[in-house]
Amino acid sequence: MKPAPFAYARATTLAEVFDLLETHGDSARLLAGGQSLVAALNLRLASPSVLLDINGVAALRGISFADGRLRIGALTRHAELGADPLVAQHAPLLAQAVPHIAHAAIRNRGTIGGSLALADPAAELPACILALEAVLVLASREGERRVAARDFFQGLYQTALRGDEVLAAVEIASQADVPCTLQELARRHGDYAIVGLAAQSARGALRLAWFGVGATPLRTPRAEAALAAGDVAGAQAALAGELDPPEDLHGPPALRLHLARVLLGRAAAALKGH
Amino acid sequence: MNELSSVDRPNSYIGRSVPRPNAKRLVAGRGQYVDDLRLPRMVHVAFLRSPHAHARILSIDSAAARAAPGVVRVVTGAEMAEVCTPWVGVLHHLKGLKSAPQHALAVDRACWQGEPVVAVVARTRAEAEDAVGLVEVAWGELPATVDMEAALAEGTPVIHPALGDNLAFMREHVGGEPDACFADAESVVVQATFHTGRHTGVCLEGRAILADYNPAEGRLTAYHSNQAPHMMQTVFAKHLGLREGDVRVICRDVGGSYGIKVHVYPDEMATAALSKILGRPVKFSADRMEGMVSDIHARDHRIAARAAVTKDGVITAMEIDDLTGIGPYSVYPRTSAVEGNQVVNLCGGPYALRGYKARTTVVFQNKTPTCQYRAVGHPIATTVTEGLVDLAAEAIGMDPAELRRRNLLADDVYPFKNHANLSFEGLSHQACLTKLLAMMDYEALKAERDALRAKGVYRGIGIASFIELTNPSPFMYGIGGARISAMDGATVRLDPDGSVAIASGVTEQGQGTEAMLAQIVAGAVGVDIARVRVTTGDTETTPYGGGTWASRGAGIGGEAALQAGHALREQILVIAGAMLQAAPEALDVRGGAVVDRATGAERLPLEELGRIVYFRGDTLPKDLPRELVATRHYTPKDYPFAFTNGAQASYLEVDVETGFVTLLKHWCVEDCGTVINPMLVDEQIRGGVVQGLGGALLEHCVYSPEGQLLSGSLADYLLPMSGEMPDIQVAHVETPTKESALGAKGAGEAGTAGAPAAVQNAINDALRPFGARVFAQPFTPARILTALGKI
Amino acid sequence: MKLDLSLTVNGEAISARVEPRMHLVDFLREVLDLTGSHAGCEHGVCGACSILVNGEMVRGCLMLAVQAEGAEVWTVEGLTESGAIAALQEAFVARNALQCGYCTPGMLVAAATLLKANPSPTREEIREGISGNYCRCTGYHAIVDAIEEVSRA
Ligand SMILES: Cc1cc2nc3c(=O)[nH]c(=O)nc-3n(C[C@H](O)[C@H](O)[C@H](O)COP(=O)(O)OP(=O)(O)OC[C@H]3O[C@@H](n4cnc5c(N)ncnc54)[C@H](O)[C@@H]3O)c2cc1C
Ligand code: FES
Ligand code: FES
Repeated sequence: MKPAPFAYARATTLAEVFDLLETHGDSARLLAGGQSLVAALNLRLASPSVLLDINGVAALRGISFADGRLRIGALTRHAELGADPLVAQHAPLLAQAVPHIAHAAIRNRGTIGGSLALADPAAELPACILALEAVLVLASREGERRVAARDFFQGLYQTALRGDEVLAAVEIASQADVPCTLQELARRHGDYAIVGLAAQSARGALRLAWFGVGATPLRTPRAEAALAAGDVAGAQAALAGELDPPEDLHGPPALRLHLARVLLGRAAAALKGH
Repeated sequence: MNELSSVDRPNSYIGRSVPRPNAKRLVAGRGQYVDDLRLPRMVHVAFLRSPHAHARILSIDSAAARAAPGVVRVVTGAEMAEVCTPWVGVLHHLKGLKSAPQHALAVDRACWQGEPVVAVVARTRAEAEDAVGLVEVAWGELPATVDMEAALAEGTPVIHPALGDNLAFMREHVGGEPDACFADAESVVVQATFHTGRHTGVCLEGRAILADYNPAEGRLTAYHSNQAPHMMQTVFAKHLGLREGDVRVICRDVGGSYGIKVHVYPDEMATAALSKILGRPVKFSADRMEGMVSDIHARDHRIAARAAVTKDGVITAMEIDDLTGIGPYSVYPRTSAVEGNQVVNLCGGPYALRGYKARTTVVFQNKTPTCQYRAVGHPIATTVTEGLVDLAAEAIGMDPAELRRRNLLADDVYPFKNHANLSFEGLSHQACLTKLLAMMDYEALKAERDALRAKGVYRGIGIASFIELTNPSPFMYGIGGARISAMDGATVRLDPDGSVAIASGVTEQGQGTEAMLAQIVAGAVGVDIARVRVTTGDTETTPYGGGTWASRGAGIGGEAALQAGHALREQILVIAGAMLQAAPEALDVRGGAVVDRATGAERLPLEELGRIVYFRGDTLPKDLPRELVATRHYTPKDYPFAFTNGAQASYLEVDVETGFVTLLKHWCVEDCGTVINPMLVDEQIRGGVVQGLGGALLEHCVYSPEGQLLSGSLADYLLPMSGEMPDIQVAHVETPTKESALGAKGAGEAGTAGAPAAVQNAINDALRPFGARVFAQPFTPARILTALGKI
Repeated sequence: MKLDLSLTVNGEAISARVEPRMHLVDFLREVLDLTGSHAGCEHGVCGACSILVNGEMVRGCLMLAVQAEGAEVWTVEGLTESGAIAALQEAFVARNALQCGYCTPGMLVAAATLLKANPSPTREEIREGISGNYCRCTGYHAIVDAIEEVSRA
């Protein structure tokens, strides 16, 4: 299929982006890596009247580290994320996640901002951001506002982003030398996971962020507490009350719940072996 | 290989791994697939397809679409029916098979989600799609018959009321004395119910046709991504009111076919009709989403089966009850009853059963039509048969390889007529099994499996023997009234430069048909293969033939080419004899020159012979025949089909915590008679194996209860990717058919025939310590975990 | 509404006017007649459309032509003429690592990309490296063999 017609505009500064968003309102869509959006256009699942290409906006690029915080620009491609030394040092969970995302060609274009803004519940990066307790920087003409990851993902493909806003960056407190692990089960290399788990240790506590098990990436506090206390079985048992996975082509809810328990066991072993 | 004397000439290429002449063009991106072609005044068509599984078309408002930019024409089913007559997919020899008239565009009712309803022709495909979105159809939804199990039940809506019920076809067969075998008190009876998931072929190049009707000549030229140009010539002529001679079908490069591109599709018929209506070229290139709901599906079967085995290991009988749903129409012209019919024919095929009882029930439903897809019925029959054999082995406590060794037909019983009345000229089950076990080092593998099992690693070994039907005679379609040629021809010509041109009725979709023909003819005539060029896939320039399907290219097309090559050599020798004042019998053609047969000394290069014949014929004796072109045809006559056989094995690991299966290695030994090009045959096998593995583990057309295809994109219909597929070791046993001089049987489907059964048996072997078994494909993590009682 | 587009394709400077909705593979195929790159799905899954943009492998169906403004694009046609993938092409032919050939242009781009990043990959790494590219005909084994062969040469 071919996309329905649309107009196309290229922005090079955030100010231009805000202008264009203001002019076109809801009928406009931002185009980042295009690895989800262009597929949706080709399938005519999305038919915006204007595409605003933000790939030329320098302010959305770059990875930097200052004051104990890692800042990752929204336009950072998956491939860059996976290869960046600062990311490997301060947010190794993200580096671990990258090889699981799609295939090389898609990682060359897809961006972290696009992945987070899309908020696919089976995607790796939103769950990692949740496990990292990252802060999302949302920019609009009024300035920047910072939203905690747990407040950003609001429902199926729903985020805290307003129509006049752009996701500019994510900020992450350094997790250097803190154990973490990313576990997922996907049918084939590069497929979205049936179930996945991003686990990040943090000063005696543990953050478990799940993907593929609900409408959004989710944390499971009771399982976290049990696991932090060294009770793997208790953590696995707690999942029944904390996860309510959907049924889909992969199988019934019980499949995902079971696989989540298995992944939890594997994550516990991986963190222990760290 | 002493039977091969007639092909085993000094510069024979038979048995050599010669690279394909057309591959160089394809790796350079110089293929010519239909969508690559562009003609003057060409327009594009897109179809509005039914969003419902079953619905009445109450009204169609296309005013907005007609006014949309770039739109050339909007055509509804009623308008289309004036140009293109409907068809009914039945064959007389499949007794009782019934179906309803099917139109190129649904006229007043759509019967599956994806059926084409309105055609929009525009300057570009994008504009045609824009306008499709503007067509308004008022639908009256009808109850859909989706579940095949309920298709014949009281109260289930009958899809075609004129047919009386939803039963398309039923066949029962009894061979020997099954009841006595099952009643035998000394025997153990094992049983299971198998499900083979609905699949589709997913050719990487979607179906495509560029139809060019020229009103001045009254001729239609169709550039078609298709396997059977002559069959399509007949079909276009018949349903568009043209003479066959006024239709030319050209199949250039075809981006995968596997049986998908050998059927009559309503959207392709509509495209040809639109070209006739508009008097200009119209292109249709199915995109992936429409391909998923409109390419034929296959293998939607439920088979309840049982087998009787004596305690000392004689498998005496099998009983099979097959049910299959084929969509709302039997597909034209090959019909959708063939697959079920094959299940009845093929179950138990490698074994000598004393009793056999089988039934297939073929029902209509509101899903995408099913029809013949690579290895038609074979993977189903093999999965059932070999699943039962493994159950029998377990029941009597015998090694499954040993049980096979005891029960497979002996290699010296041929000719043999089996329990399903199939006639086998010569098979090699025992030799194949022996070779397979040696190749995989069965005993060492078992020891490894057992050692790992003790450590909590669950690996399984699965074996599957199989038969494969190839080289079909007119008994496949012709006797049922279909104009599908079982005969194929080849024309072989010597040009003045000493090069040889072949035109053949069989076609190329990447199997290596053209390489195979060049090898055969180069050897038969006596020239270097580099001096041979091949034309296929054009009804205007090739001898009439059937095309490439049912593994017939080498066995039938190859034999015709061999005979034509020999005939050309004889012609050359007669002329050379006159020129050289020698007896033709004392001469031969080798390496592109006429030579002295006894000494091999060169007497006359072919280009010199060509120069004299074509340009200086005045110097030759007046009454000397000067033909340097020969056509020969071949059709199998002694046997309805040339059966082949083989054995496969799978080694895999099941993660019993997650239900994930990791394929570790796969082996296949098969016997396709004379191997013309080992490399090409091996790659046919490997490609076929992976299509079988896809069906076993990943691929599935899943429908909602309302008849909506849920796995309708490539994100949901999971194809095998390189990361999950194993290395595949291939070996051969050669039992040439004596029906032809070449001795070749087919090899295109063997891989697909056996792979799912091997995987099923290997998974069940891995799960044996848990008493868990799976018989429903695809063997997903959910199904394996369910069998293990974990979910 | 069409937009102006200037880019380099296979070393040749190109100027064209295109509709924004046209994706890059369609642009190459329909506007430039570079029909070597194929569209097998147009939703990013099959890899038949794999091409190089500014030296990186991308899905041609998931990039709009207008996004290639100023870019340097290489397709199988240009890579053939420059000789950049000659060894792979030779090995694919010799090993019969293609049947219908529809996947092959994209597969060659994936193989070349893999070998550039990892000149001596294991079979598993080769399988992973080309895992984003479907081949429905070969079963992959011969493709892995051909790439392995080139990596050893
Ligand atoms: C075959 C295939 C397999 C894939 N497998 C995986 C996988 O396993 N795991 C995975 O996580 N992903 C997978 N993806 C998706 C891929 O990672 C995408 O790149 C990603 O989801 C979207 O990023 P993008 O930059 O391409 O965004 P785009 O497609 O450009 O945009 C996506 C959405 O986000 C919006 N958006 C983009 N950037 C911003 C911004 N800065 N501010 C506000 N809104 C913005 C867009 O308007 C759009 O609505 C796969 C994709 C394909 C085609
Ligand atoms: S056409 Fe681009 S990935 Fe399939
Ligand atoms: S060769 Fe046909 S898809 Fe790869």
